[in-house]
Amino acid sequence: MTGNYPALLVTVPLLAAFVIYGCSWLHKRSCLFMALLGLTIPFAISVALLKKVLINGHISYHLGGWDPPWGIAYELDPINAIVLVAVTTVALVNLIATSKEIETRFSDRRGAFYALYLLFVVGLLGIVATGDLFNLYVLLEIASITGYSLIAMGDPARAPLSSLNYVFMGTIGACFYLLGVGYIYIMTGSLNMADVHVLLPPLYHSSAIVVAFIFCLVGVMIKMGFFPLHSWLPNAYTYAPSPATSLIAPLMTKVMAYVMIRLMISVFSPKFVFSSIAASNAVVWLACLAIVMGALMALAQRDVRRMLTYIIVSEIGYIVGGAWIGNATAMSGAVLHIINDVLMTFCVFLSLGAIARSTKGYQIENFSGLFKKIPVTMATFVVSGLSIIGIPPTCGFFSKWYLILGAIEGGHYGFIVVLLLSSLINIILFFRIFEEAFFVYPKTNAVHTEGEASIAIAETPFVTLIPLVLTAILLIFTGIYSGSLIALIIKPVVSAGLL
Amino acid sequence: MDFLLTHLVAKYNFWLYIILMMIGLYAMIAKNNLIKKLVGMNIFQTAIILFYVSIGSKRGGTIPIVEHIAGGGEHAINPTRYVNPLPHVLMLTAIVVSVSTFGVALALAIKIYQRYKTLEEDELLTRIRES
Amino acid sequence: METIHSIRPLLAILASLFAIPFIVGFSRRPAMREFWTFAAAGSKFLIIVSMLPLVLTGRRVTCTIFEIIPGVPLQLTVDTLGLLFALVSSSLWILTSIYSVGYMRGLGEHSQTRYFCFFAVALSATIGVAFSANLLTLYIFYEILSLATYPLVTHHQDEEARSSGRRYLAYILGSSIGLFLPAMLISYHLAGTLTFSASGFLGASISRKVLMILLIMFIFGAAKAAVMPLHAWLPAAMVAPTPVSALLHAVAVVKVGVFVIIRIITGVFGVNLLKSLSLTTPVIVLACITILCGSLIALSQDNLKRLLAYSTISQLSYIVLGVSLLSQRGLTGAFIHIPMHAFGKITLFFCAGAIFVATGKKNISEMKGLGRQMPITMAAFFIASLSIIGLPPCGGFLSKWNLVLGSIEAHRPLVLVVLLVSSLLNAGYFMPVVYKAFFFKTESAVAGVKEAPLCCLIPLCLTAIFSIIFLFYPQPFYELISHALKCIIGAGV
Repeated sequence: MTGNYPALLVTVPLLAAFVIYGCSWLHKRSCLFMALLGLTIPFAISVALLKKVLINGHISYHLGGWDPPWGIAYELDPINAIVLVAVTTVALVNLIATSKEIETRFSDRRGAFYALYLLFVVGLLGIVATGDLFNLYVLLEIASITGYSLIAMGDPARAPLSSLNYVFMGTIGACFYLLGVGYIYIMTGSLNMADVHVLLPPLYHSSAIVVAFIFCLVGVMIKMGFFPLHSWLPNAYTYAPSPATSLIAPLMTKVMAYVMIRLMISVFSPKFVFSSIAASNAVVWLACLAIVMGALMALAQRDVRRMLTYIIVSEIGYIVGGAWIGNATAMSGAVLHIINDVLMTFCVFLSLGAIARSTKGYQIENFSGLFKKIPVTMATFVVSGLSIIGIPPTCGFFSKWYLILGAIEGGHYGFIVVLLLSSLINIILFFRIFEEAFFVYPKTNAVHTEGEASIAIAETPFVTLIPLVLTAILLIFTGIYSGSLIALIIKPVVSAGLL
Repeated sequence: MDFLLTHLVAKYNFWLYIILMMIGLYAMIAKNNLIKKLVGMNIFQTAIILFYVSIGSKRGGTIPIVEHIAGGGEHAINPTRYVNPLPHVLMLTAIVVSVSTFGVALALAIKIYQRYKTLEEDELLTRIRES
Repeated sequence: METIHSIRPLLAILASLFAIPFIVGFSRRPAMREFWTFAAAGSKFLIIVSMLPLVLTGRRVTCTIFEIIPGVPLQLTVDTLGLLFALVSSSLWILTSIYSVGYMRGLGEHSQTRYFCFFAVALSATIGVAFSANLLTLYIFYEILSLATYPLVTHHQDEEARSSGRRYLAYILGSSIGLFLPAMLISYHLAGTLTFSASGFLGASISRKVLMILLIMFIFGAAKAAVMPLHAWLPAAMVAPTPVSALLHAVAVVKVGVFVIIRIITGVFGVNLLKSLSLTTPVIVLACITILCGSLIALSQDNLKRLLAYSTISQLSYIVLGVSLLSQRGLTGAFIHIPMHAFGKITLFFCAGAIFVATGKKNISEMKGLGRQMPITMAAFFIASLSIIGLPPCGGFLSKWNLVLGSIEAHRPLVLVVLLVSSLLNAGYFMPVVYKAFFFKTESAVAGVKEAPLCCLIPLCLTAIFSIIFLFYPQPFYELISHALKCIIGAGV
């Protein structure tokens, strides 16, 4: 049983999704329980796999007993394993926290929602765990299509069109990736990542391989929302239903960033990426542009959800920039930032969803007096905001530490300036909201003590509050333990050939 | 003549798929009607499917179906006689993906039509802005 | 130097954090809530005092909390310098808590629970900075302090508080993230470590230009030290309730700023490196400019707290100046100015707050003749202003004396002139207040006013009396400073 964990990781939620959809015709109320079961088991499995990888090192699982390169292999190294744990944690905690909202808002379509939710998680888990290039495409499309559907379940006025635009751009991205894989297959005859890694070195100078890399990269960049290929992102994440946004926003783009790093390290080795293609400088500058544009566009937003989506664009810029600087510190910083960003984005969107219960809208003006009304929820929002700004001891500080250190080592001072500038802009972005929530101006000319008595505490229900608080605490824990995470991440990075 | 032969004629599958891809991309970007955009997306995906399938073809190759000798037992096959079946298999999956994406996109188009009573993108944007 | 491992430094920091759940829990019962604040303040002070004998024998108390980045642990080390600062802060917190009770109740202020909670966090962070063993730990506690003081500065939650809060954050967070953080990372990249050492950890192999840039980035990155031009947050922060201004902006926050600069100069760069390359000359210039400009602007202020704010800006640069002189007397002057200025300034702020509670007045022009109605308050004000000016019989005389000798030792006669001129300017803006209060006819608006409440009066009398005592009994401070100097430049006092 334990030997089959990698396969079970993906198949359990897959089966659960179908069972849930079937059950939804018969007994709607059991759907939530089965969905929770369908996510708790992968969570437990991913933790067990992480422990195994830490003890035994690299795990290679051959699906169906077929040896690669004929069969599909699932390869787990420390980077994989940690990202898997992050994905399953977010999926599970999000389901628990938003279960009440799902049950009320989608009560007639519960089965469909849970099934799509679980299938989305299946897709992501498969993307992270797989060691086969085409298998990655299949799971990528599973995650994407279910993502499109989840997003379309939101605001009926805007969500379908936003989702349709996402469909168009996402399909182009996935097709480019597929094209790139096709070129690799033509040149090497293999689809297994490790096999291709061995077969590629003699082919580094062939233009087909360069084109393959570029196609794969552009495809992945479209899907991760890297400026200027991000135009689908703000609308899609703003108008999606909040249980879906707090699932998709933290995970989809970061998992695609992971795919980019996996391609750079394990398929096309760093030697190819940084010497044969002499474009790393250009990509880092593009990443700087992404960071700045994301921050500036976020400044221009009055809708808090849209502001957060532009912050996601900025964060992806950090990861891409860090990965392309070309030394081990920056790459480890980028991987650490993937994990940290999953948690930070999750916490901020989840707290925003909880806050939305107590406000009339998502504009900054609607946030008045929230520190009095929902103190604990706002406290978690503050913690996640501080993490995005990069204040120690939250996790966001430490990934910035390694990114800046890597940039100093690599001599990329523009990247450092842009990183610090975006931190400063993030301070403005978040403290605008904190101010609005903190300073209660009585609308009448009454003395300030009177104005406050009129706001009673109406805290979020425990089913959402407790996961929120745990996530906020997790942000601080991940910060404190970032040393151990970096020690884990840096080993596969260095052994791949980065210095 | 040589140039034409090696770069155009011999690699005609590449040119075909590029042209189809560009048609699809053009439709996705330039056309106003959502359904036309969807069809363009489908053409785009089909181009890539065709490309993959064309990779596997060989001169004089036949369909990759292996027959067993009557009475059990198998004989070794000569792979050069058969067209490469792997891209075909991969593309079966890709066709399924393409169909599902198309289905989801059509469902979304229906939802949009139900609400806004139009499928032309510029009219759609005007109606959204007004509401 | 022998190192003792103990969790006492960590306990000193956590003492006030442990009290927070109780403070929140008893928010409806002010007496119990205040009790827990005093319990926290008292226990913090006692833990810190308990480390005094250990440190005075030349040993250090270390506590490694966690290896947060490989090679840079979250570590606390108590040495004489840190202990000096911690003693001053924690002792004054006790007095400020007594004062806060009187002040907040006297004015019927709102959100007192939040006030006491964030005060506790701010003091924890201050002690954390005092005991930090490396730059990263210092930076973490520095940022926690910035964030914890924001709700205190913006306590009144009105329009003025909002804009002052913005200015506060813009200067403090902007400089720490924009200047201090990259400087810290570049230092880490060049040196491979961030742990403070007696001779600095930045080696001489780094080019002079880089070292100069780093030094300037650090000085401006620690905007809490209010070196001009990054000083404007201090007057803006005066919108806070007076106990906040008193403790935080006379003792905790601003002293953290100068303490950081002291640590940078002595622990990161090292006195010898700076002397050999004469790197501190720009810092001396900046400090002198700040001293003079601060005093000049104070001359024109009518609002008492703003006058005190500019006086603080000026006084802080005495400490920066003393450290950058790099001479034995200069360093002594700087270190001893920490407690002297703390006690003097806090008395002045306490008096300003007492006047506000009793009369509702904030401007000096409205305080004529107040000395007759509130003799104790104004007498304390007079004593404290003597200390700040640097005249006997108050402790401030010692620090001025050492600074003057230090500037002679460092062969910088211009600094001597600056010190003397600024003392005259200090007299120029303090003496009129006292004179008007005692020798002018009582304003009709303040006639019939009684003294401030007892809870306000006692702390300010105590701190004023201590200011006098310290002139005649500075031994505890001198002992600590002597040990510190032995490590830094190998000499005693």
